[in-house]
Amino acid sequence: MYPAELKYTNDHEWVRVDGAEAAVGITDFAQKQLGDVVFVELPDVGRTLKQGDSFGTIESVKAVSELFSPLSGEVVAVNSDLANHPDHVNSKPHDTWMIRIKVSNASETAALLDANAYEALTK
Amino acid sequence: MVEFGGWDMPVEYSGIIDEHLTVRTAAGLFDVSHMGQIEIAGKHALGAVQHLTCNDASKLAIGQIQYSALTTPEGTFVDDILVYRIADDHFMLVVNAGNIVKDYEWIQNNTRQRGGDAVVVNSSSRYALIAIQGPEAEGILQTLTEIELPAIKYYWFANGEVAGQRVMVSRTGYTGEDGFEVFVPPASAEKVWNALLAAGADKGIKPAGLGARDTLRLEASMRLCGSDMDEQTTVLEAGLGWIVGWKKDAFLGSDVLQSQKAGSLTKKLVGFEMVDKAIARHGYAVVADGQPIGVVTSGTQTPFLKKSIGLAMLPVALATVGTEFTIDVRGRQVTARVVPEPFYKRAKK
Repeated sequence: MYPAELKYTNDHEWVRVDGAEAAVGITDFAQKQLGDVVFVELPDVGRTLKQGDSFGTIESVKAVSELFSPLSGEVVAVNSDLANHPDHVNSKPHDTWMIRIKVSNASETAALLDANAYEALTK
Repeated sequence: MVEFGGWDMPVEYSGIIDEHLTVRTAAGLFDVSHMGQIEIAGKHALGAVQHLTCNDASKLAIGQIQYSALTTPEGTFVDDILVYRIADDHFMLVVNAGNIVKDYEWIQNNTRQRGGDAVVVNSSSRYALIAIQGPEAEGILQTLTEIELPAIKYYWFANGEVAGQRVMVSRTGYTGEDGFEVFVPPASAEKVWNALLAAGADKGIKPAGLGARDTLRLEASMRLCGSDMDEQTTVLEAGLGWIVGWKKDAFLGSDVLQSQKAGSLTKKLVGFEMVDKAIARHGYAVVADGQPIGVVTSGTQTPFLKKSIGLAMLPVALATVGTEFTIDVRGRQVTARVVPEPFYKRAKK
């Protein structure tokens, strides 16, 4: 159920590595816990994040949660579609990226969870 | 599932937004058996209810219901309640789940002190409560009962059978939609629940949880005791002057309420809409010049109106429609505006 081409974190984010860049979103498990997403607050392009930094917030009808960066690097793009379609996080979580990061430390990527390890975490 | 007032309750079934919209457009079914029932009976039952609650229960006919509050001597909330007049000298109070024990002891102690012939019984365990809410509610429920539902007016109730089970049916709810609440013996609850789901299947009925109950009640501007008001909030501060029986004899807290009505009110609960894009939630501070001057008591993004709304306790000087004020949303200063209540009002049939 969790795409094998993605990497995952203990905080329920996924990472799609694409050369020197990585796209970041939240997992199906995370969106189910949150329920209907109504608002995603994202950082400005150009912001430099360290691994584990909060890069925004995600609000569902029932709660607000922080989003944590799985990797260190500079934010090179944010998904502006989310302003009008926050519900895409619920309907297609693994295809709905939030930010793209220019990765500054490749060794962090190697340490992320693979799909099997992540799925075990959610059991 | 989530713990609520000592009960394990489902937050959502098909999703809060889906359940919310289903109640606004078809019908939703809620298990609200957690609500408590406290009965007061005896020759002096009316006197006891009049002393303990702020609304004027003498205006109730048999079979009629009113929204009211159990008040402290300070005019604040022990609880907000519905008062059902079962007979001339028999009342049933429907109270919040988390307050059943507190309310029962409060009523019992105060009634004893007053003396007279009034027996207080906590009958909460005798009733399960199923709410069917939405424009299709009456049609669905009618297929299972011989009670003539159109004859039950808003805030009235009747006795009879639903799906062959003995019930009391009241035209009440906590959603801002037309609908009914069905009081059933716990042993009959599952039968009635399943029968309603089956009877409403072609009308689009869906089970709805605590999450949608909260967004629906807020969209309809209905207060949640314990969140919007408590023992620190008077009935007038909660914006509920319309449930005070100003012409009846003195009751617990009536002197405080009279004086606030005469001009000593300092703060008031108001409805607001966010001007900036953000959701203000329970407990967020209302600020002016960096200082807290009020507090958000409820807030959400409402599924039907698709607006970010809420209730906030503001100084009276700001509590007028159109006034803009600032809420601290996790360190960000965002603007909100006082708007008329209710946020949502269903179209009259």
